[in-house]
Formats: sequence, C-alpha cells, structure tokens
Amino acid sequence: MQRRAGAVVFFAALVLITYFFAASAPPLRAEPAARVAFHGRDVLAENWNGDFTLADPDNQERSLREFRGKVVLLAFGYTHCPDVCPTTLAKFAQVRRLLGTQADRVQAIFVTIDPERDTAELLRNYVPAFDPSFLGLRGTEAQTDAVTRAYHANYQILDYRGSVLVDHTASTYVIDAQGRVRLVTPYDQSARELADDVAALLRSDG
Amino acid sequence: MTIALSICPRRHAAARSALAAAVLFALSLAPCTAMAEAPLVRVSNAWVRGTVEGQTGSGAYMELTAREDAQLIGATCTLAEHVEVHEMHVVNDMMRMRRVQSLALPRNTTVALNHDFHIMLIGLKRQLTPGQNLTITLQITDAAGVRHDVPVRAPVRALNTAANHGSGHE
Repeated sequence: MQRRAGAVVFFAALVLITYFFAASAPPLRAEPAARVAFHGRDVLAENWNGDFTLADPDNQERSLREFRGKVVLLAFGYTHCPDVCPTTLAKFAQVRRLLGTQADRVQAIFVTIDPERDTAELLRNYVPAFDPSFLGLRGTEAQTDAVTRAYHANYQILDYRGSVLVDHTASTYVIDAQGRVRLVTPYDQSARELADDVAALLRSDG
Repeated sequence: MTIALSICPRRHAAARSALAAAVLFALSLAPCTAMAEAPLVRVSNAWVRGTVEGQTGSGAYMELTAREDAQLIGATCTLAEHVEVHEMHVVNDMMRMRRVQSLALPRNTTVALNHDFHIMLIGLKRQLTPGQNLTITLQITDAAGVRHDVPVRAPVRALNTAANHGSGHE
C-alpha cells in the first residue's frame, strides 16, 4: 500500500516536472509579433546584395536582375549529392505545384558549388529533371566564392580517401519580386510552409 | 554439420558409430539449425535514386534488421567503381557527409539507411533509370567476426524521390 502511494507521488512529481519544463521551454520558432509572420527567417533588414553573374548550361551569362517580377528560390548544391540536393529540388517542384496558377511567378535556381564535376551538360540534364522550368547555374571558382559569400553560405570540397565529399549550406534563399534577398529557410522546412511564404511575398507585391 | 561429417574417419566401426551419433545429434538440433540459418540481416524497402545522363554518383537506401549483433563494413556493386557507407548530418543548416568505416547493426533493431546514413554509389558506369534493378552486395560481419556477403536487389526510383519519407517533407 505504502509502496503504491510512493509510486503515485513519484508519478505526480514526474508529471509536474515535465509540465514545468514544457511550459518554460521557448517555442520552437518564435515569430516576432507585429510583422508579417513568415516561416523562413526574414533578412530584409540586413540588406543582402544577392546579385550574381553565373553561366547557364548554354554558357550564357545570367544575373539575378533578370528575374525581377518573380520570386526566386535559390539553393546551392552539387549533382552528386545523394540526399539533400534532390530533396530540396523535389521540394521546389512541390512548391510550384502548390502555387497552382501562381507557379509561373516563381523561378527555382540551383547553383552548383562543384563546377569542376558539374559540367554545363550535366546541369542541363539534372536540374530540369525536377521541373522543366528550373535553372542550373555554374561559375568559375571566384564566381562561386562570390555568390556563396553574398548569401552568407559556406561550402567545402574535400578529397577524402579517394572520394570527393562536399559540405554545403542546405538553406533555401527566397528573393522577392523586387530582387531583394528576403527569406532564409532551413533545409527541413516543408514545401507547404515554403509555398505559403512565396504566396505571401507574391501577395504583398500585388 | 558438414564439417562434422567431413572430418570423421570412414573405416573404423567406432568412428562409424560416432558418426551416427553425430548425425543423430545434428538432427536433434535441426529446428535450432533451421532458425540459425535465417538470414543474418533482413533487408527491406531497398531502392536506388535514379540518375541523369553524365551523373556518376547516386545513393541507395534501405532498412536493415540483423538477427544478431552485426556490423555493416562495406558494400560492392558491379555498376559502381566504389560503394561507401556515408553518414550525413545537417548542423546549423550546413550539410556534412562523411564515410563511415562500419555501422553497428544491433540485434533485432531496424537500422534505416535513408537519411542520416545511406549507401553511396561512386563512379557509376551507366545511367540509372526507373524500372531497372541494381544488385548491391553488403559486407556484414556477425557477432563472431565472420564476414557475410548479403546481396540486395534494389529497384531504381525516380531522381526526384524524397529520401526520407515522413520527415515533414511534402
């Protein structure tokens, strides 16, 4: 009987402790009040200069300026990436589907951080495999460094025991229709949340 | 059982009866033996990500359940120059990938190679398109340190298949 009472007290204490920690823990994604609540991190106030000069698979120079009027989803990656990059590009395709009639107001851009292995030909085959509208871009080493710096992204190519390993920032960058780097969204953000953010940006732009 | 038979001398009567005893003993153990011969590792949901022309790397995904403590120490595939077991982490939104020398497969525990771990196919000799099947041979050591080759037949799925089902990706 006494043991049972002890167990009840112990259990009650456990519940109280759990409740205390759950209540005191900060919410996972705290949004500042009195601002349009995006799922991604709003970097507008940081005034990033996201412009770039990179080459498309036809070796034509492309820059961010030419996509004014569209919301741009930009990600860095490499075609030999087994998991993160295809998942991100599949998510962009899903965002386009979720946007329905607004889909044509979104441009997805995949910038390779491994231009040595990711030839123009390979980018031409790989990127549109996720959606025919998607654009793959590559640059010289200096251009690649410049564009990743502009987006506060990191990458590192390692020759490790004979195999090439690439570490890279897995975030998605959302550029609004006025060409301003607007949101940084984490890799694990769902297509639905990303589509919501894009739709909100398209609405605010009219 | 095979070993017991092959080392037994044939001619002596005493040996013959010993052999008979051994056979009887082995037969009495038959149910246990049958159980022990269940595959060391059960493989489920295996698949390989398809590639586009010119792409020489891809990933293979599967779930492994070992019936005794085991280690995945490597893999081979006739269509790839190298096959490695990789560990992937996303920390502070930075994706890092490293080769692991061995991956523990604890007894009766399903280890998913679909996100944090995957099998990397390097130097693919041809394009992988949906509808094809690939045979990947896993190299696994059992609790006694004996090496087993476990062939896995993995269908090729579309390039844009999400690797980690149910992780919140839509």
